[in-house]
Amino acid sequence: MTAALALGDDALVLSHRLGEWAGHAPVLEEEVALANIALDLLGQARLLLSLVGDEDELAYLREERAFRNIQLVEQPNGDFAHTIARQLYFSVHQQGLYEQLAAGDGRFAGIAAKAVKEVAYHRDHAEQWTLRLGDGTDESHQRMQRAVDALWRFTGELFQPVEGVDVDWQALHSRWLETVTDVLGRATLTVPTGPQSGAWTAGAGRQGIHTESFGRMLAEMQHLHRSHPGASW
Amino acid sequence: MAAGTASQTAQATAGSAEGPEAALQAAFDAAVAADERIEPRDWMPDAYRASLVRQMAQHAHSEIIGMQPEANWITRAPSLRRKAILMAKVQDEAGHGLYLYSAAETLGTGREELLDKLHAGRQRYSSIFNYPTLTWADVGAIGWLVDGAAITNQVPLCRCSYGPYARAMVRICKEESFHQRQGYELLLALSNGTPAQHEMAQDAVNRWWWPSLMMFGPPDDASAHSAQSMAWKIKRHSNDELRQRFVDICVPQAEALGLSLPDPDIRWNEERGRHDFGAIDWTEFQEVLKGNGPCNEQRLDQRRRAHEEGAWVREAAAVYARKHTSGAGPAVPNGKATA
Repeated sequence: MTAALALGDDALVLSHRLGEWAGHAPVLEEEVALANIALDLLGQARLLLSLVGDEDELAYLREERAFRNIQLVEQPNGDFAHTIARQLYFSVHQQGLYEQLAAGDGRFAGIAAKAVKEVAYHRDHAEQWTLRLGDGTDESHQRMQRAVDALWRFTGELFQPVEGVDVDWQALHSRWLETVTDVLGRATLTVPTGPQSGAWTAGAGRQGIHTESFGRMLAEMQHLHRSHPGASW
Repeated sequence: MAAGTASQTAQATAGSAEGPEAALQAAFDAAVAADERIEPRDWMPDAYRASLVRQMAQHAHSEIIGMQPEANWITRAPSLRRKAILMAKVQDEAGHGLYLYSAAETLGTGREELLDKLHAGRQRYSSIFNYPTLTWADVGAIGWLVDGAAITNQVPLCRCSYGPYARAMVRICKEESFHQRQGYELLLALSNGTPAQHEMAQDAVNRWWWPSLMMFGPPDDASAHSAQSMAWKIKRHSNDELRQRFVDICVPQAEALGLSLPDPDIRWNEERGRHDFGAIDWTEFQEVLKGNGPCNEQRLDQRRRAHEEGAWVREAAAVYARKHTSGAGPAVPNGKATA
């Protein structure tokens, strides 16, 4: 129950954030790519939430405190570098997680097996852009460094074990660190040295403690649905 | 133009007395007359090229500006299913923009140049996108009416004389017809829903009907480019003919939806075998075209802002590509990017 919510909410919330880019992307190819990733994540979210109950009731009628996503995915888009850094951190993690889940025989094996192919692309997309921005111009390098630094403190939560998700969390973490270190290095960026989470943020999202902007995101997302109780769309 | 075609026969018989230009013109005319496709490397009159660039640019710009009114509702879509459909649709529009800018490139005009002209207000996009999407039902009305009108306009373009444009349109029309059905289905759900939802649907149809009829352009006798475009077989039917076709399609669909069209003069004309309909307010059309529509400034501002704010990203990609010339792939990673 909690496990499906946690993984489903991660995908739902990140999909929503990526959807906010529509019509604002820096180049037409990215309108297509960002929407593509958002759609993949939305598809995953719908499968996962449906394991728990009605997907729309869960997405539209829960209060902020009942969401179980990690704080990383709810962080505002910021500039393109922030969006890419957020995607890199998340996709590298999700790829490792889904690979393990797909290899097992648990209840998420089927969903993970399908999703892992999509996630490999998300990760490649984020990696390619991290390289271009990190090793592009001075400005893009600075922006990308600021973004990887700013989001670093939200990455610890990726490896807080989720009850019911039967994977080797320790291995996930070390593999993530290895991959991210490699990508940032090739992008001529510095791996942040600060803590991966503040004492109080570790696992906060999974317990329903979110950041301020998340409430506004939900207000926008849920407004129309909540304005017409019981209506079908 | 393929081997052994009318154009080559014409080229062979045109003789050299009138000079190479006349022979080329004759070959071009013969190809168009024989319903053959003109391809990028074929000779074509400058005016034909210019007219195509103008039309394809306007079409491409309409796709990317057209993303805005619908993207306006992505974050508020009232169910996850509808959200997925809408995101996919807006993504398709970006994809259509890509096909069309690429098709225009075959005529020697790059995307950057066309975007600059759009941003400078020197090229147009469809005026319909200067109307606001005020409620969720507008997403349905755009699908049903605006995409419906676009399809009526665009299906004949699949047979347009310029090959790359015609081929792009085949793909675009398939996706547009999908969008049109999704819009219709969205409105049907609202129309059959609660009284508030029904009212929302009717209000949207009331606001989008007349602007949709204007999408076919001015009446035939006032259309600046029509006659020449028809002679070149870029355009196959007149504005008024296509508009009539659209009205005839929509009237029974509105009945099936349980919604009314905001024109008391719509009635079946037995003699013509078509529907009569009321007079269009061309003053409004001209005003929106001049830039005085409800969203002209907003749409262009958002487009310019996205472009300006993205400049550092595009520059970074270009610099990176220069640094890593061997095996680095395209400046902009295109992954599996499916439209």
